[in-house]
Amino acid sequence: MIENEKQNYLTHPKGIMSWLLTLDHKRIGLMYLVSGILFFFMGGLLALGMRLELAAPGNDFISNEQYNNIYTLHGAIMIFLFIIPAIPGALGNILLPLMVGAKDVAFPRLNLASFYIYSFGALFALYTIINGGVDTGWTFYTPYSTQSSSNVVPMTLGIFIIGFSSILTGLNFIATVHKMRIPGLTWYKLPLFVWALYGTSLVQITATPVLAITMVLLMLERFLGIGIFDPALGGDPVLYQHFFWFYSHPAVYIMILPAFGIISEIIPVHSRKKIWGYKFIAYSTLSIAFIGFLVWGHHMFTSGQSVFSQIVFSFITYFVGIPTGVKIFSWILTMYKGQVSFTPPMIYALSFLFLFTIGGLTGIFLGAVALDIHLHDTYFVVAHFHYVMQGGTIVAFLGGLHHWWPKSFGTMYNQTIANICAFGVFLGFNGTFFPQFLLGLRGMPRRYATYSDQFVELHSYSTFWSGILGFSIFFAIVNLFWSFVKKNKVDPGSNPWGGMSLEWTHTSSPPHPHNFETDPVFEHGPYDYDKVIVEKTYKK
Amino acid sequence: MSHDNSSPSFFQHHFHDVEQQYETSKFGMWAFILTEVLTFAGLFVAYIVYRSWYPDMFVGVHKLLDVNKGLLNTVVLITSSLTMALAIWAIQKNLKKLSIFMLTATFVFALAFLGVKYQEYHHKYEVGQLPGKYYSYMGPEVVEVIKDQEKIDYYTSSNNVYFDAETNRLYKTMNNPHIFFSIYFVMTGLHGLHVAIGMGLIAWLIYSTARGNIHQKYYTPMEMIGIFWHLVDLIWIYLFPLFYLIG
Ligand code: HEM
Ligand SMILES: [Cu+2]
Repeated sequence: MIENEKQNYLTHPKGIMSWLLTLDHKRIGLMYLVSGILFFFMGGLLALGMRLELAAPGNDFISNEQYNNIYTLHGAIMIFLFIIPAIPGALGNILLPLMVGAKDVAFPRLNLASFYIYSFGALFALYTIINGGVDTGWTFYTPYSTQSSSNVVPMTLGIFIIGFSSILTGLNFIATVHKMRIPGLTWYKLPLFVWALYGTSLVQITATPVLAITMVLLMLERFLGIGIFDPALGGDPVLYQHFFWFYSHPAVYIMILPAFGIISEIIPVHSRKKIWGYKFIAYSTLSIAFIGFLVWGHHMFTSGQSVFSQIVFSFITYFVGIPTGVKIFSWILTMYKGQVSFTPPMIYALSFLFLFTIGGLTGIFLGAVALDIHLHDTYFVVAHFHYVMQGGTIVAFLGGLHHWWPKSFGTMYNQTIANICAFGVFLGFNGTFFPQFLLGLRGMPRRYATYSDQFVELHSYSTFWSGILGFSIFFAIVNLFWSFVKKNKVDPGSNPWGGMSLEWTHTSSPPHPHNFETDPVFEHGPYDYDKVIVEKTYKK
Repeated sequence: MSHDNSSPSFFQHHFHDVEQQYETSKFGMWAFILTEVLTFAGLFVAYIVYRSWYPDMFVGVHKLLDVNKGLLNTVVLITSSLTMALAIWAIQKNLKKLSIFMLTATFVFALAFLGVKYQEYHHKYEVGQLPGKYYSYMGPEVVEVIKDQEKIDYYTSSNNVYFDAETNRLYKTMNNPHIFFSIYFVMTGLHGLHVAIGMGLIAWLIYSTARGNIHQKYYTPMEMIGIFWHLVDLIWIYLFPLFYLIG
């Protein structure tokens, strides 16, 4: 046991080629993590650039054209290069096989291929940036996207290619969950993060092909003028919107479901209490994935939809709130009478609960047609989706990183700094985006580099806090990686938070190249805090 | 068990046993088929939308397609599905030569399919029945033909299709015929791409079977590519009536 534990996947085997050609899900996960974070920083810098421009009215240092490019790249990078591929790719890859007791994902070679496809697609995105950007918005609406002289084709081609990586990862995960579990680990004994990845993967393999085909049609429209989206040729630009949102609404669940999964792990472990409503959470994941396919029209209330469609889409949109609410209440009830400790992961999880609830509720506001006609394309929408995507997904992602960091890499970060940064993220985030709800309500439209004087107060406030937010995230991540430099190793056998799922109880930190030294035997469920006592162990 | 030295060469060690490996591959393949179905579903939706907008145009313009060639291709592709299935049956029975023969037949049929498709495309290119803004076809050439005592038909140089006076009149008033061709080319083109990819995979199967890497005990790749090939066939079975046989 002891000699064996010295071998871990980070140091064994050695050499650059052993990384580039690795089939080990943990190494592939780490590569996704690093590339994802780089894109996250790149998108973040663009965002801070926009905020700086918006600190005061007028075109202070960014022209309108530049501004169009910046917000498009910001959105496209964050969504298509960071959140969608990198979160399942990083945390999902590292954890899924460990959680189901497998030596690897079902198709390791395919997994590596996914990573390279992602990198290849990312090259197109980088080319777009170097070659002068793209200015259509991340949604690439026709007819403008078929006419714009910016780099629509390289960017959409990049997204098309990255889509394949998403599909292959999804496929791999689904097969892993179905076929690679150890005996005894039945569906209802799976950690909820696995359920979440499963739901995410289902959406990935069913929605992403539609995006792929939409991007193909858009490119054909540009190259060959096939006319499908061009009214001059008898086509319909609104059909593009239907196609796009048929993918992109489900895609918001690709973004949020893994976050739900992370929160479902952090909260019980850091409250040392059995999760409340396991089946509710598990099935709400699936029902969200399903309902998500029926509501795309709520992005098109003002695109000339019939009143009948408006009513139907609005009605179905409200249904999304039910499984979402079920989850939130389950998490809160899990903490009730638990031994809550305010560790960095838990602070992120609590921030998530607060921020995501605001994001979800404002989504319901926007789902009401009468309100949306007023609020569509204003800062209210911007605030809504940042509350769900940044306040929800990215905060959960940061929480997950802090939670599994000692497990994945065998080092512990400075927890005090981590806590301070987590507070900074929470405050900075609210300071940045809450004023944007007010701006939107007062009629400030989105996607403008300048604005009239009445908005200056709220805008400058938002800009100020965005700086705090940026610093906090940056230092939170530096603090994590700093633990490598400081070599602040945890004991290979340690379980710093007292987790109960297989990755905590049966693998060393960092894990062995083959994950488990002996075939793991299923002993207790992932949340059985009422039955078994698991010690928190950590060196010192 | 899993580190048993006697385990067969095709066994991948992250699985528990050979059976799990097989089950997993099959499961993954079916998930992939689902993805494929959704890819085409997007295009079928585009088809439905435009056909419901321009019902007359679809019915009129579809006559410009050559039903005989479409039918020929349908037969060719169905036969190739059969030979693919026979190849799998043969390898199960350890009839290696027969299996290779059947795979080769499948390959040849696939090639024939693409050949016919090429002819169709080429002809459309010549007469300008192209997608979107490249569409330049001006309607059937008016040639008076005496058929069955004096009945005058309009005759189009394209595909030996006869237009009667009524259809011709309809054709002249038809909106946006290029949309039909946009959808036709995108859908059959994507399908053709699948046929071409399938041919590559089948070629690889022929090679691997000949080398002995695929054999009676391990023919999973053949079975998986077989599933893919049946899907390609199935999609064509939908495309054929939707383009060639409407109205
Ligand atoms: C309770 C759940 C949710 C509901 C009811 C909801 C509802 C809506 C509605 C109605 C809009 C359209 C607003 C408009 O353009 O006028 C919208 C926009 C948006 N939502 Fe949500 N949403 C929910 C959750 C989420 C989640 C979880 C995410 C992502 C993680 C998300 C991301 C977005 C994005 C990115 C947009 C703006 C797209 C754009 O126009 O650029 N939403 N949401
Ligand atoms: Cu939506």
